[in-house]
Amino acid sequence: MKVPAIALLLPFIALNVPARDDTSKISLQQVAPGIYVHQGIHELPDRHNRGEIANIGFIVGQRCVAVIDTGGSPDQGRALKKAVESITTTPICYVINTHVHPDHIYGNIAFKQPGVSFIGHHKLAEAMAMRAPFYREKAERDLGFGLETENFVPPDHPVRDTLVLELGARALVLKAHRTAHTDSDLSIYDARTKTLWLADLLFMGHLPVIDGSLNGWLATIEELRKIDAELAIPGHGPVSADWPEALEPEERYLKTLQSEIRAFIKDGRTMEDAMANVGLSARGDWQLFDEFHKRNISTAFAELEWEDE
Amino acid sequence: MKRSKTFSNGLWIALAYLLALTGFAFAAGEEEAAWNGGLRQKFFGDRPIEEGNQIVELTAPYRAEDPALVPIQISSKIPQTKDRFIKTVTLIIDNNPVPFSGIFHFTPESGKADLAMRVRVNAYTHIRAIAETNDGKLYMNKAFVKASGGCSAPIGTDLEAAMARMGKMKFKLDNEKAVLRQPNLAQLLISHPNITGLQMDQLTRMIKPAHFVEEVKVSFNDKPVLTAQTDIAISADPNFRFYFVPETAGELKAEIRDNKGNRFSASQTVTP
Ligand SMILES: [Zn+2]
Repeated sequence: MKVPAIALLLPFIALNVPARDDTSKISLQQVAPGIYVHQGIHELPDRHNRGEIANIGFIVGQRCVAVIDTGGSPDQGRALKKAVESITTTPICYVINTHVHPDHIYGNIAFKQPGVSFIGHHKLAEAMAMRAPFYREKAERDLGFGLETENFVPPDHPVRDTLVLELGARALVLKAHRTAHTDSDLSIYDARTKTLWLADLLFMGHLPVIDGSLNGWLATIEELRKIDAELAIPGHGPVSADWPEALEPEERYLKTLQSEIRAFIKDGRTMEDAMANVGLSARGDWQLFDEFHKRNISTAFAELEWEDE
Repeated sequence: MKRSKTFSNGLWIALAYLLALTGFAFAAGEEEAAWNGGLRQKFFGDRPIEEGNQIVELTAPYRAEDPALVPIQISSKIPQTKDRFIKTVTLIIDNNPVPFSGIFHFTPESGKADLAMRVRVNAYTHIRAIAETNDGKLYMNKAFVKASGGCSAPIGTDLEAAMARMGKMKFKLDNEKAVLRQPNLAQLLISHPNITGLQMDQLTRMIKPAHFVEEVKVSFNDKPVLTAQTDIAISADPNFRFYFVPETAGELKAEIRDNKGNRFSASQTVTP
């Protein structure tokens, strides 16, 4: 992969923000002026990593900071908050949740205080409500910590189509997408640096996970591609990548799934058969392939069976 | 403070060790606990049940990729003839909140009492297929599946769209032209959210009431091919694969009813 052009102009500042104890440090890189990203790891969420696996971060304006995703645990949320406070004295006005997945929202509670508005897709509140009982059980079982209802902070401002957030000499354009990775995907565009924060609409290295709609995701990619950006920030993968090249591996994978599954359905072959045989040529291109590929096939198969309706 | 912590740690380790030991000792029996502890009695009383794969064989993945969408197959080992046939297959998922998943009635016109569908699995469990032949004998085959949360898993991403499409059905036939007087494979796809009643909305504290397909009747030229009573373990958008034997050209028809009394039907012309 090429080094992003902007990286040549900008020093990557790796920060290990000191905190009260060693466990609550978070490493951040400044990928463009005022845009800080923490790079997650390509692992399944578990007791060891406590679900802290996603890319999260924040954008600093003259008047306000917008936090983008809060991490996989309340502790990671607190660490991110400390990191913001050690980098800038500008207050946090907004917390943007890019979608409902636990590795992006479980730090929300750390930011809940007067003066902070939570922002998300108009379907995020419902998605949180519907998933919370299931997610709480899962956190207890797999991550080793308990969660209360309060941990799922629904948005104060639902985004139906687009929303412009003014941070002071910097405006972010938030766009609510159709069902793609999930049914609550939100992207963030910073016009000042032409940075497109895609979160889990963009997977790099980590196999894309379909928890929404394969067709919707591919249609979303078509729309995203038109955006005039320099840099993209994936939800899983490097802290930043060249645009629109960053999309290619993900799009190739999803298109392979789509065309091969369509052929299986047309030939009257079964979901089990598809799960064992579709898309295996992509195995070497991705991490966590064995963990998510078959499930992607079953989700996509169930969707594509009804696509002509 | 420090001492008591060390003590409790030590106790914890000892307890965990004990649990691991006893857990290990129990493990073999535990898998049969729900079945022997009441399910068997509830559904089959004291009737003898022969275990093995001589009449039906159940295939399921050992580890489910998606607990709400576990593909399973039941293959029959005897042909459906007038003299000897499989009358019903009962599907039980031991450790589901509702273990009864469905009962499927076949006739000699079914040709072959094979079935495939997708189910929800809520906990590590045995899935059992119990076949009753027309002489009243029971045969059971089972498979162990590792999955959790299939019944409480959140409702599919777009409930609005799912509700709008509810009741749409389509048949898919294995071959464009049917083979007369032979078992032909058919697939019935039903669009229905099949809500389990175990999916809770955390904010409103509301449980989405159960709403699922309760009865499926498939006939060919008005003769029953497959009749089923089903429950919440059947995955959203129920999908059944089965056989039927067309003697002539005709019409394959599906009629379904859900627990709210909604009825839907669809048919498909079959030509040789
Ligand atoms: Zn995600």
